[in-house]
Amino acid sequence: MSSNTDFLLAVEDLTVSFDGFKAINGLNFYMDEKELRVVIGPNGAGKTTLLDLICGKTKPTEGSIKFRGKELTKLPEHRIVWEGVGRKFQTPSIYDSLTVRENLEVSYPRGRGVWGAVAFKRDEALREKTHEIASVVLLAEALETEAGLLSHGQKQWLEIGMLLMQDPALLMLDEPIAGMSARERELTAELLNRLAGKHSIIVIEHDMNFVKQIGRKVTVLHQGTILAEGDMETVQSDRRVIDVYLGH
Amino acid sequence: MNAKLDFLDGRNGLVSLLVLAALILIVFPLAMGVDQLNLTGRFLSFSFVAVGLVLCWGYGGILSLGQGIFFGIGGYCMAMFLKLEASTPEATAIQTTPGIPDFMDWNRLTELPWFWVPFHSLTFTLLAILVLPAAFAYLMGIAMFKRRVSGVYFAIITQALVVILTILLVAQQGFTGGANGITDLRTLKGWSINTDEALVTLYFITAVLLLAVIVLGKWLLHTKFGRILIAMRDREDRVRFSGYDVANFKAFAFCIAATFSAIGGAMFTLQEGFMSPSLIGIIPSIEFVIFAAVGGRLSLIGAVYGALAIGFLRIAFAEAYPQLWLFLMGTVFIVVVLFLPMAWPGSTRNMRLGRAAC
Amino acid sequence: MSDFTTQELMAIFAMQGFAGLSFFSVLLLMALGLAIIYGQMRVINMAHGEFMVIGAYATYLFSTFVSAQMPWMMDYYLILAIPFAFLVAFIVGWVVEFVLIRHLYHRPLDTLLATWGLALIMQQAFRSGFGAREVSVRLPDWLQGSYRPTMMIDIPINGLAIMGLTLVVTLGIAWLLFRSRWGLRVRCATANREMAGAVGINTRGVDRLTFALGCGIAGIAGAAFTTISSTGPTSGSLYIVDTFLVVVFGGAGSLLGTVASAFTIAQGQSVLDFFIGGSMGKVITLLIVVAILMIRPQGLFASKVRR
Repeated sequence: MSSNTDFLLAVEDLTVSFDGFKAINGLNFYMDEKELRVVIGPNGAGKTTLLDLICGKTKPTEGSIKFRGKELTKLPEHRIVWEGVGRKFQTPSIYDSLTVRENLEVSYPRGRGVWGAVAFKRDEALREKTHEIASVVLLAEALETEAGLLSHGQKQWLEIGMLLMQDPALLMLDEPIAGMSARERELTAELLNRLAGKHSIIVIEHDMNFVKQIGRKVTVLHQGTILAEGDMETVQSDRRVIDVYLGH
Repeated sequence: MNAKLDFLDGRNGLVSLLVLAALILIVFPLAMGVDQLNLTGRFLSFSFVAVGLVLCWGYGGILSLGQGIFFGIGGYCMAMFLKLEASTPEATAIQTTPGIPDFMDWNRLTELPWFWVPFHSLTFTLLAILVLPAAFAYLMGIAMFKRRVSGVYFAIITQALVVILTILLVAQQGFTGGANGITDLRTLKGWSINTDEALVTLYFITAVLLLAVIVLGKWLLHTKFGRILIAMRDREDRVRFSGYDVANFKAFAFCIAATFSAIGGAMFTLQEGFMSPSLIGIIPSIEFVIFAAVGGRLSLIGAVYGALAIGFLRIAFAEAYPQLWLFLMGTVFIVVVLFLPMAWPGSTRNMRLGRAAC
Repeated sequence: MSDFTTQELMAIFAMQGFAGLSFFSVLLLMALGLAIIYGQMRVINMAHGEFMVIGAYATYLFSTFVSAQMPWMMDYYLILAIPFAFLVAFIVGWVVEFVLIRHLYHRPLDTLLATWGLALIMQQAFRSGFGAREVSVRLPDWLQGSYRPTMMIDIPINGLAIMGLTLVVTLGIAWLLFRSRWGLRVRCATANREMAGAVGINTRGVDRLTFALGCGIAGIAGAAFTTISSTGPTSGSLYIVDTFLVVVFGGAGSLLGTVASAFTIAQGQSVLDFFIGGSMGKVITLLIVVAILMIRPQGLFASKVRR
C-alpha cells in the first residue's frame, strides 16, 4: 500500500454512494506509465463513475486517488487537468459553434487564467501543434469547418484531439467508438495503438472486437468492484466474468 | 485588411460599427433638437447595460436580471458627487445643518455619513464608478459560480438582489434620498450640466464612450477569452475538463458587464440630472435584457439599436396611447423570445468569432 | 430588544407569528403552483403573480354578483368563490400553455422573459378591465374580528381561515402528486420524459394539465389574498420575487421544503417587521435567504441524485 508512488495512478479503497447506493465499492485500481488499459463491465458496473471520480466530476465518499503520488480527490476539476489527466466524455463533447481549429486551440494548455486568456496570442508553436494534432486525429482537412457540422465519428476524434492538445499523461476515453462506422472503428483502433506508447490510456468499451484490437490488459468491473483483471484470454475464460455477462 | 483591426470581424464588422458611429455622432445631432438629443443620450446610457448583457448573457450564457444594481451604482456614485458639489454651506445656508445634502437635513441628519465623504473627490468618484461595480460583481459572481449556481437560479437571485437594493434605497432615505432619489444636480466642477450646450456635450461624451465600450467588447470577444466564453455556453463541462476554472471566466464576464452598466449609469445621471430607485428596480433591470434580446443577443451593436428602438417606441406610444404601451412591450418580450432566439437571421455567421483571423 | 420583558417578547412573537400566517398562506399557495410548474416543466412563470390576481378579481366579481343577486348567500359566498377563482385561473393557464409555453420547453431562461411579457400584458388587461384603483371584497361577518386567547395575543380570524384553506390545498396537492394517476404520470414525465412518452403517457397533455393546475392554485391564492388585502392590477408583481425565493430556498421539487421555506420567509418578515419596520425586515429576511442560497444553492431540502 505504501509504495503506490511507483504507479502512475493508484486508486485505493474507493467508495462512492448516491443516497445509499454504492456505485463504486471499495475499489482498488493501479496503472503504470504508458499503459493502455481497457475497462469493461455490464451496464451499471460503475465504469463511467470511476472516470468521473478520477477526473473530479464526482467526489468520493471515501478512499484515495493518487496520480504520480499526488492526491486528486481534494483538487478541483481544472487542477486535476493541470496535473495531466484528460477526459473524453461518452457523448462527443465539443464546441459546436467553434471551428475545429478553435476547438483545438481552446484546449491548448496556455492562457488558462482569465488574464492569460485575454492576453493570449496565437504563435507559431500553437499553429504547428494544432496542425500536428489535427493530422493525428485525421481532421487536417477540416480545420476551418464548424465543429457542429462534423460527422459523429469525426466529433469523437476531435474530442480526442482536444485532449491531445493538453499533452496529458493519462487519457481517459469513455466509449470512444460509439456511433462510429466499421472503417472509423478500425482507424480509431490504429490511433489508440499509436498513442499508447506516448500516454497512459484508460478506455471504456463494450465492443469486444475493438477491445481485442487494442486490449493488452483488461479490467472487468461489476457492481462497483473489480471482478477480474489480466489479458484478454484470461479474462474471457474467467468463470465469474462469464457468469456476469451471461446473467447467472 | 490591417491585422490590428481584425477583431472588428472583417469588413462587415467595420462597416456596421461605422454606420452606428455615423448615426449617433452625425445623423442624430444634425436631425434632433437639444431635448430630443438629450433623450436619445439617455437611451444610449441604457445601451451600455445592454452591451454588457450581450457579453455575459449572449456569449457567456449568464442571464442577470440584476443589471440595475450596477447601473445604479454608477448612477448613484455620480449623483453623490454632484449632490455634494451642489450642497456647499453657502447654497444650503437655510438648512439646520448647512453643507450637507438637503434630503439629509430633512431627515434630521446633522453630519455627512462616512461613506459620502470620499465623494467630494471627482477622482475617487470616477474610480468608484469603475471599480465598485466590478468588485461587487466579482464577489457575487465568485460566490455563486464556484458553487455552480447558474441559469435560472442566478437570474432569480440577481433579481432578488435588485429588490433588496431598491427597498434599501427607499427605506434609508436619510442616506440615499429615498424614493425621490438624489435630485437637483446642477454642476460638475463648476460646469453647469443643465444648459443646452452642456447637454449636447454630454451627449457626445456618452456616444463616444459607448463606441469605445463596443470596440473594447469586440476586442475581448476576439481574444481567447471570447472563445472560451462561447465554449462555456456550448459545453461547460468540456471547458472545465480542459483545465479552465469556469467560475473565474464567468465572474470576469459578469464584472465587465457590471462596469459597462455603471458607466452607463453615470452618464445617465449627468444627462437626466437625477438618480432614483425607480430607474434601477426590477422593471428597468429586465428591460435591459430585452434591449439586448431585441438587438439579437449576440450583437454588441445590435444591443444599441435594441435600446434605441424600444426607447423611441416608448416615447411614441406612451404619449399617444399610454394604455397600449404595456400591451406592446409585453408583445415585444414574447415575440422576441419566440421568433428571435439567438440573432437576427443572416447575421449569425458574421457574429461568429475568430473568422477573420487565421 | 432589551426594552421588552420575556413575557412581552413571547406575546410579540406569537402575535406577529399569527399575523404572518396570512402572508405565509398566500406565499405558500403561490409557491406550490410555481414549484409544480418549475419542478415538472422547468418553466419559469414570471406571470404567476398575475394568475393570483386573476383569482382575486374572480373572487371580487363573484362577491359583487352575490351581493347584488343573492344577498342571502353573502355569508357563504367565499366557499364557492374559491373553486370559481381556481377554475378561471385554470382555464387561462390552459390557454396560455397552448398559445405560448409549449413553444418554449427546454429554454427556461426564455420562458422567464416571455412570461414577463405575458405579465405586462395581463397587468394592462386588468387595468383596462377593472381600473387602476384597487378593489376589495366585503368579508362575511364571521371572518371579521379576532380571537383573543390572552390579553396580549390577538389572532385575526381571517388569517386562521386562510390557514385552514392552505392546509386543505396543500394536502390535496400532496394527494394528487403521490396518490393519483395524474401524479404518477407527472412524476414519470419529470423523471424521464422520453421513457414516459414511450410507455404511452401523453407528456404534452400532462404538461398542459400541470401548467393549468399550477395557475389554478395561484387562483386560489388570489381568493385567499382578497381576505387580507385589496386587489390592484399590480398586486401580483409584489409577490413574485418572494415566491421565487420560496421555491428556490425550499429546494425545487420538494413539497416539504416549499412549506418550510414559505414559513421561514413569511415569519421572518413578520417578526422583523415589528422590531425594525416592514422595509428593513424584508431587506434583512431576503438578504439572509440570498446569503444562505449562495452557500447552499440546492436549497433547504434537496435529494442527492446521481447525474
